[in-house]
Amino acid sequence: MKLQVNGKVHELDIEPDMPLLWALRDELNIKGPKFGCGAGLCGACTVIIDGQATRSCQTAVGDVKSNIRTIDGLAAPDALHRVQQAWLDEQVVQCGYCQAGQIMSAVALLETNPTPSDKDIDDAMSGNLCRCGTYPRIRAAIKRAAGQQTGA
Amino acid sequence: MASIGKIARRTFLVGAAAVAGGVAFGYYKYKQPYENPLKKGLPEGEATFNPYIKIASDNRITVIVPRAEMGQGAYTTLAALVAEELDVALEQIAIEHGPASPAYYNSAALREGAPFPAFDQSMVAETVRDAMGVVGKFLALQMTGGSSSLADGFEKMRLAGATARETLKAAAAQKLGVSAGSLKTEAGRVIDAKSGKSLTYGELALDAARIDPPADVTLKTRAQWKILGKPQPRKDMPAKVTGQPIFGIDVQLPDMLYATVRMNPQPGGAMKSFDASEALKMRGVKKVIAIDSLYGKGFAVIADNTWRAFKAADAVKVVWADGPGHRDDAEAKKILASTIAAGGGFSLRSVGDPEKSFADAPREKLVEAEYYAPFLSHATMEPLNATARLKDGVLDVWAPNQAPSVIKIIGPRLTGLDSDKVNVHTTFLGGGFGRRIEPDFTDYAIRIAMETEGRPVKVTWTREEDISHGPYRPAALGKYRARLGNDGLPVAIHGSIASPSVMAGMVGRIMPSLPTAGPDNLIIDGAYNQPYTIPNDRIDGYKAPLSTPVASWRSVGYSFNSFMHESFMDELAHAGKIDPLEFRRKLMAEHPTALAILDRLQALSGWGKPIDKTRAQGIAFTISFGTWVGEVVQVKDENGAIRVEKVWIVADPGMVLDPLNFRAQMMSGAIYGLSAAIGQQISFKGGAPEQSNFSDYDAMRMNQCPDIVIEILENSGHLGGAGEPATPPVMPALANAIFALNGKRIRSLPLKDEISFIA
Repeated sequence: MKLQVNGKVHELDIEPDMPLLWALRDELNIKGPKFGCGAGLCGACTVIIDGQATRSCQTAVGDVKSNIRTIDGLAAPDALHRVQQAWLDEQVVQCGYCQAGQIMSAVALLETNPTPSDKDIDDAMSGNLCRCGTYPRIRAAIKRAAGQQTGA
Repeated sequence: MASIGKIARRTFLVGAAAVAGGVAFGYYKYKQPYENPLKKGLPEGEATFNPYIKIASDNRITVIVPRAEMGQGAYTTLAALVAEELDVALEQIAIEHGPASPAYYNSAALREGAPFPAFDQSMVAETVRDAMGVVGKFLALQMTGGSSSLADGFEKMRLAGATARETLKAAAAQKLGVSAGSLKTEAGRVIDAKSGKSLTYGELALDAARIDPPADVTLKTRAQWKILGKPQPRKDMPAKVTGQPIFGIDVQLPDMLYATVRMNPQPGGAMKSFDASEALKMRGVKKVIAIDSLYGKGFAVIADNTWRAFKAADAVKVVWADGPGHRDDAEAKKILASTIAAGGGFSLRSVGDPEKSFADAPREKLVEAEYYAPFLSHATMEPLNATARLKDGVLDVWAPNQAPSVIKIIGPRLTGLDSDKVNVHTTFLGGGFGRRIEPDFTDYAIRIAMETEGRPVKVTWTREEDISHGPYRPAALGKYRARLGNDGLPVAIHGSIASPSVMAGMVGRIMPSLPTAGPDNLIIDGAYNQPYTIPNDRIDGYKAPLSTPVASWRSVGYSFNSFMHESFMDELAHAGKIDPLEFRRKLMAEHPTALAILDRLQALSGWGKPIDKTRAQGIAFTISFGTWVGEVVQVKDENGAIRVEKVWIVADPGMVLDPLNFRAQMMSGAIYGLSAAIGQQISFKGGAPEQSNFSDYDAMRMNQCPDIVIEILENSGHLGGAGEPATPPVMPALANAIFALNGKRIRSLPLKDEISFIA
């Protein structure tokens, strides 16, 4: 089967029911999406497909027809994505394990809703668990990135 | 306070005490420095000055941070200790975790474990703490825990930087023909101001490394610091916002296999039989092997892809035997209660005679309460994993771990190899919280690697395997009694705390040959060592014979004792009709550090000022790991469900080496504690844990997270920890806030068993 990740097409000979997460991690060595729960409960594996934040551990690889965006392809060669830059500016990260998923959820949110309210942020981000408790800085980083986007 | 004689005798009985047997003969060895492990395999053109510093001729400067980076930021702040004295900018250095070596022992972890209240700086307490430090080095434990990394590194890593700086100056003095005293250092150069000449550290490194380091160097004063004490961007931040493969679970090696384990969910239970015939027919499955370890009995599936291993493990038919442990929570509680009832507890600090005071107390002056805290899983964000390769007589282990020494102990035990044939590669950790001190996940990986004919194998646990297997934070039962005086303040308090011993469990798993008899101060930490002055005050600890394996969990004994002790203090304040903050102010009047915290908490939170009826505040105070912390939690009733709306934290760690990171740790500790207090428990049914994933063991989410206000004070005069101290007081502060809101006193965790929270 064919799988397009961050614009690049890969040829794979794997079971169509393999979760996308494991096709990315173990077959294609794309390690940005993280394994956290295997049940769609924590968001560590979040990727973006057709503009939607998608739990790659709950998505069968055979069902994916569109390009898959992962954190590995988020930054331009010479510059971080503005959400990544906001994460740096707010010094969001602690252990960092959940943050690839957090950032991808935030990117999907801001692409559909450039100026999210606190409630919008809650709704979009509450599927992403963080055991270090970085939520207040994640919220600040999303607002910072949104401000840049609107030129505020 | 007990007499000196009693204390001296007691030191050989403390939990770590086993260990304390080493005090008597350990001192001589302590004075011999361990060899610098960086000398081995040092590339041409690179010099090492001590176990913390490498400098190459091309000016690459590498600082070794031998503590696990699990989110707490030690990676950056420890490197800053070296950089400050070496006179290099943080941007100029690379950071490595370095090899597992006795040179990186952690004396502070054991030192802070000495059984004295942290506010007791008496000569005796100091002497015993120092002796515990010797023990730490003697055992050469390289571990990250006890919120001890900065206290441990503060002297030795600054000294490492300073001695290297002085040898570089000495080398420059020889080259330039001037005296070293006339030279200064800045941003990786030695500068001769008189001639205007300067040399880079790279140009000097190889010559300097041949010079004997000076015996005494002068460390900079705080006023001279350029890096320490100021907020520093974390050095690990860029890799972590770009999704770099830096975690244990990301390890990728040529020819690597993938495996998973399924162990008997009943702790200590055997595997009666397993049938892997279906699993072996599945795509990519290489092998299914039995695992018979000290830490668990079960099987492993080895495959060519993690998911295929998971799927095949589901297809293995297995018959588990029952374990020896309690069947359900009712039985666990019964064992805890009967342990106290049987008597024979231990006490590490006894003031006056509470029993005598109770004997003639009028009934209406007595207050009694009983508290319970459940078993808890650590649930690190990164599931447990380790990668191992046994090839050509060398064992390599790549693991996100908090204790490389432990892997150096179990590796030779399992393979028969000498310790110097075991290489430990510590990756970044996706959370630790104490769980990754444990040897089980690397033990299993090494056993599996012994079956793969030299191929490396990455072993990943499912989340279900992680949550349904300990070692857990222990369950605990606390029974408290107090007599109030006519002024409403307590004249006597007595507490009895029963819990399985974490110290006995950890020593038993890591060094089973060491005896573990005697008291374990971890059982009463947070109850016996708090800065309250009460005329009659005693806490008795009881080691409960629950066989479920228990481990360090962020703040260890404080995590349950603070809930119990500070809830009881709140009950006493209300019973004595004294405002809970004022009550603490009166009982902590001897400790200006505590009073300053209470003053700031009151001002920040608006404590005592009227708020609307749907809101209320609770307060709690805990000194743990050398840091004094007061917290106020504000709750709001939203249509019958509790929202944790705001948390104010005032903390005094004596000195703050990086305020940005310290604040992050306070916030993190509070949210971790709130998650546990609101909703987490590992309950047992049929001898096995009932929880298995974030569906039934969830943590606080973005929409539930309160606003958190943090203020730092620096009055205590003792460098305290950051990673753990905010966790304990937030739990009782929340329970106390709920009482203030609706009069409901909840004495058992998790709180959501008795009251609804917003989802």
